[in-house]
Amino acid sequence: MESVFGLVGKDFAIVVADTSAVHSILVHKTNEDKIMVLDSHKLMGASGETGDRAQFTEYVQKNVALYQFRNGIPLTNAAAANFTRGELATALRKNPYQVNIILAGYDKDVGPSLYFIDYIASLHKVDKAAFGYGSYFALAMMDRHYRRDMTVEEAIELVDKCIMEIRSRLVIAPPNFVIKIVDKDGARDYAWRESIKDAPTA
Amino acid sequence: MARYDRAITVFSPDGHLFQVEYALEAVRKGNAAVGVRGTDTIVLAVEKKSTPKLQDSRSVRKIVNLDDHIALACAGLKADARVLINRARIECQSYKLTIEDPVTVEYITRYIAGLQQKYTQSGGVRPFGLSTLIIGFDPHTGTPSLYQTDPSGTFSAWKANATGRNSNSIREFLEKNYKETSGQETLKLAIRALLEVVESGGKNIEVAVMTREHGLRQLEEAEIDAIVADIEAEKAAAEAAKKAPATKET
Repeated sequence: MESVFGLVGKDFAIVVADTSAVHSILVHKTNEDKIMVLDSHKLMGASGETGDRAQFTEYVQKNVALYQFRNGIPLTNAAAANFTRGELATALRKNPYQVNIILAGYDKDVGPSLYFIDYIASLHKVDKAAFGYGSYFALAMMDRHYRRDMTVEEAIELVDKCIMEIRSRLVIAPPNFVIKIVDKDGARDYAWRESIKDAPTA
Repeated sequence: MARYDRAITVFSPDGHLFQVEYALEAVRKGNAAVGVRGTDTIVLAVEKKSTPKLQDSRSVRKIVNLDDHIALACAGLKADARVLINRARIECQSYKLTIEDPVTVEYITRYIAGLQQKYTQSGGVRPFGLSTLIIGFDPHTGTPSLYQTDPSGTFSAWKANATGRNSNSIREFLEKNYKETSGQETLKLAIRALLEVVESGGKNIEVAVMTREHGLRQLEEAEIDAIVADIEAEKAAAEAAKKAPATKET
């Protein structure tokens, strides 16, 4: 089962996602990137139905880009979150997207922010959030150790604690994770936590 | 509603589409716009007719970007331009969503031209009253391109071109003075061409430069003034050089 979680730090936000692409009993790949970079200062970590995940996050990304070209300024994180939720809500009673989303972003005036958007279009602005079976362990770990103004190092320590719990306590635990960070300098990869490496292709 | 289906653009007995030709008239009355393609730089320069004192000039941008690597300037009906630009921007993102690749300059030009043509062959609508200059770099090969479309829906690629007011004089100047340039030289050529028909000064021209690495950059008024001053100085020096040999002989 897929795990995505995230938290807000002093002046940054972090999103972590497992990187396994699974189909019933087969693992397609262990380096699937499920955290889409929406624009220079937004990260959208998504879990759920594979096709829906890719399709929906790309759709949001292109609409965020279109807004910027039309208006000359980027969308705020709050606006992007509400747009995303709106799209999920509109599709909900027709052909729903089965995607759970954690949206992290940095706005110059507001600072870092994190939004929890689930597949039936709930929207919550939060400091920490998690989806999937891993959420039982990640949320528990974050509830115990999270503080408002963590530094990047402290936050990564907490992220690693969460990953360790997920790896040790889930019967089918995803082996690899990707960590991405967004701060005033933009959204970027932070690190990968790999316990299984794909065999290198020739 | 049946009354609005009748075609407005119809052939005349001698094979003209008068509505399209009238649209070209509207373009000829619009502000002058110049585009010059260099080896690593493409420049768009547009005439800025005197801004009313109370108007916020930042809200009147004449050179716009359609995507990270494509920009457009136009001459003619500005309201029609807004509609066309919006459709083009949507198409750029839609293409990226389905094809996972950015559009080529030729593709988006063909799309805009196709749109302009559609409105010359539909019921109840009139053609768009504008010609566009579209610049950009090919997303894979990095080749620079400059294209022009017009109200009839034709388009073609150019090394340098002008549209709008006095475009014939500007084009003549470009034909005489065009050569392969890069960087600052391309920028100077474009501004020199525009200055043939526009009063010199930073507040009468809007200039934007596109490069492969940095995308579109709008020049500040001060920068434009500096280049205009450079050009004037070069012109004066050339005049002086022409006169000097004559006086020596006497």
